[in-house]
Amino acid sequence: MLEIKNLHVKLEEEDKQILKGVTLSIGAGEVHAIMGPNGSGKSTLSYVLSGRDGYSVTDGSATLDGADLLAMEPEVRAAQGLFLAFQYPVEIPGVGNMTFLRTALNAQRKTRGEPEISAGDFLKLVREKAKALKIDADMLKRPVNVGFSGGEKKRNEILQMAMLEPKMCILDETDSGLDVDAMKLVSEGVNALRSAGRSFLVITHYQRLLDHIKPDVVHIMAAGRIIKTGGPELALEVENNGYADLLAEVQ
Amino acid sequence: MGAASVKAEALATRLGGLALPDGMTAARETALARLSAMGLPGKRDEYWHYTDPSALNAVQSKPAAVSDNGAALFSGMDAVKLVFVDGVFDAAASDDLTLSGVSLGCLATAPAGHWAQTAYGALESAGQNPIARPWAAFNTAFASDGLLIHVTGKAAKPVSVTYLRRYDAANVVLHHVIKLDAGAEFTFLEQGPAAARLNHVIEIDLAEGARFHHIRAQGRDLGRHAVTHIFAHLGAEALFKSFTLTADGALTRNEAVITFAGPDAKAHVAGAAMGDGAFHHDDTVFVTHAAERCESRQVFKKVLKHGAVGVFQGKILVKKGAQKTDGYQISQALLLDDDSQFLAKPELEIYADDVKCSHGSTSGAIDDTALFYLRSRGVPLRAAQSLLILAFLADTIAEIEDEAIAEDIRAQLETWLARHES
Ligand SMILES: Nc1ncnc2c1ncn2[C@@H]1O[C@H](COP(=O)(O)OP(=O)(O)O)[C@@H](O)[C@H]1O
Ligand SMILES: [Mg+2]
Repeated sequence: MLEIKNLHVKLEEEDKQILKGVTLSIGAGEVHAIMGPNGSGKSTLSYVLSGRDGYSVTDGSATLDGADLLAMEPEVRAAQGLFLAFQYPVEIPGVGNMTFLRTALNAQRKTRGEPEISAGDFLKLVREKAKALKIDADMLKRPVNVGFSGGEKKRNEILQMAMLEPKMCILDETDSGLDVDAMKLVSEGVNALRSAGRSFLVITHYQRLLDHIKPDVVHIMAAGRIIKTGGPELALEVENNGYADLLAEVQ
Repeated sequence: MGAASVKAEALATRLGGLALPDGMTAARETALARLSAMGLPGKRDEYWHYTDPSALNAVQSKPAAVSDNGAALFSGMDAVKLVFVDGVFDAAASDDLTLSGVSLGCLATAPAGHWAQTAYGALESAGQNPIARPWAAFNTAFASDGLLIHVTGKAAKPVSVTYLRRYDAANVVLHHVIKLDAGAEFTFLEQGPAAARLNHVIEIDLAEGARFHHIRAQGRDLGRHAVTHIFAHLGAEALFKSFTLTADGALTRNEAVITFAGPDAKAHVAGAAMGDGAFHHDDTVFVTHAAERCESRQVFKKVLKHGAVGVFQGKILVKKGAQKTDGYQISQALLLDDDSQFLAKPELEIYADDVKCSHGSTSGAIDDTALFYLRSRGVPLRAAQSLLILAFLADTIAEIEDEAIAEDIRAQLETWLARHES
């Protein structure tokens, strides 16, 4: 599904190398987790994959089902099935959440040459998905993320994911700022989407999210590199011993 | 030569050959006297610091091609539809001048003894203090036509006016007088490319508890030069709401002069303007709170690209004794490139101690983070930009109470954005 090879990324504005050769292969239906200390480049990886400005790829490649992801505009990547749940979801005053969801859904359909969803079908769909995430009608009406609590913003990200049905989902610290109940809701939302054709890259700082969303593979990232890859037990090791041992091990 | 004589000279040149039209003679003559005392505005005038009046002052108007009028607005609305062509009422193209709760007439054909005889020019004249507005006095003196609307009750439907023009160089002076009796309700809609050079005045007198809604769309003609004035006088508990959409136009100066004369009244003025290239758009607002517990809101937003210029001059004057005044003013510009600019001069002048007044003015580019967020959800760049531009203007459209009208305005904005994508 997602193949990242030897990815080197630096900032466009300053001469600062952030990713220093990331290699990662996620097969269809797999759930991978990336853990790592703050500042190790996890968010940068997610932004580069989804096409944010400000970074330049100096070496390496990233493909989604064989197609060169890095050559596509962000909207094309989305239409091809890539989705990023933002670490810091963006507030858009003046754009209603519903309008946002419908515009996004129809734009993706259009790019893929599919017909627009009817207003009635859309409403039914959004109500059903919102209900599962305990997102009320008021939150749907309000401008995108404006005045939402931290937890509401994260649930709203998962709602977008559920509506857009991407095949490659990247979740960047979706657990941060969530209380236990919200974490359960979000995890259930994610788990409901797990299927043979859909893959996940779950970026997290803590192991606790991985109790709910069980990964197949766990990667540890530090200073712009994947320094270790293992099974779910690797997350427990981090939980118990912190990153210090792992970092020492590679040095 | 002193500044005063320069102005007098400019006025004499501008007026050369112009004769006062028939009717409203007394009002026209006193307006001309006012105008003569003021002279024409000059670049040195502080009130015209950001907007060069020379195209208005010139004897000849510059031709401005009548561009595609675009889709008609408010077409689905049940309204009395009236048409003016080159500044003259076109009875044949208009609905009958009959509307329950309203007496409708025309300036050009008003008989002697008409009710508007005393109203015509009265609010314009009162609005000349403390700041002179020569083009408004010019208008009262030389207006060729306009509507005289007296609303005695709840108007059965809105009056919807469409302005058309036949000549590329049409030079039009229009003057409407609108008077609402106590408790009366009325909605007034305007659209269309009125003139290559337009001078437009509306005087609106609202008695106690009257409710007035005004929505206008200044048409899509690129070379237009326009100066407009709204003079509104609000009695106790009156409601005044005015929204203006401006798309294109070489020069537009929209002035609104609003006076609260009775307590507990509300006045909201809003404007959304979009310009691409040779576009200079000036919103100049003067709100006087002379009564207690009134609420004023000014919400003005401009979208500017390719060197377009936006101006906002907004003043809230709170007189002594106008306690519990609630005054709010916001002016913002979205600059779509580095060539465009926004000049704002917000002013508060307050002589009462128990008031709540605030103002804010900002200009900036489209938020890159929001743009990326939308694109990451699959919305293509252009569509994402349009969505954010509409979102930026949303506060102004929110001032329109009728959802069908708001939807029409939104559609007009979208059409404009689609035409001006690059
Ligand atoms: N736009 C940027 N400007 C400056 N520094 C940046 C920018 N983006 C990322 N960085 C730096 O790159 C490193 C990695 O950041 P990030 O990818 O956010 O890490 P993580 O998500 O793992 O905490 C940090 O040192 C951060 O300060
Ligand atoms: Mg991060």
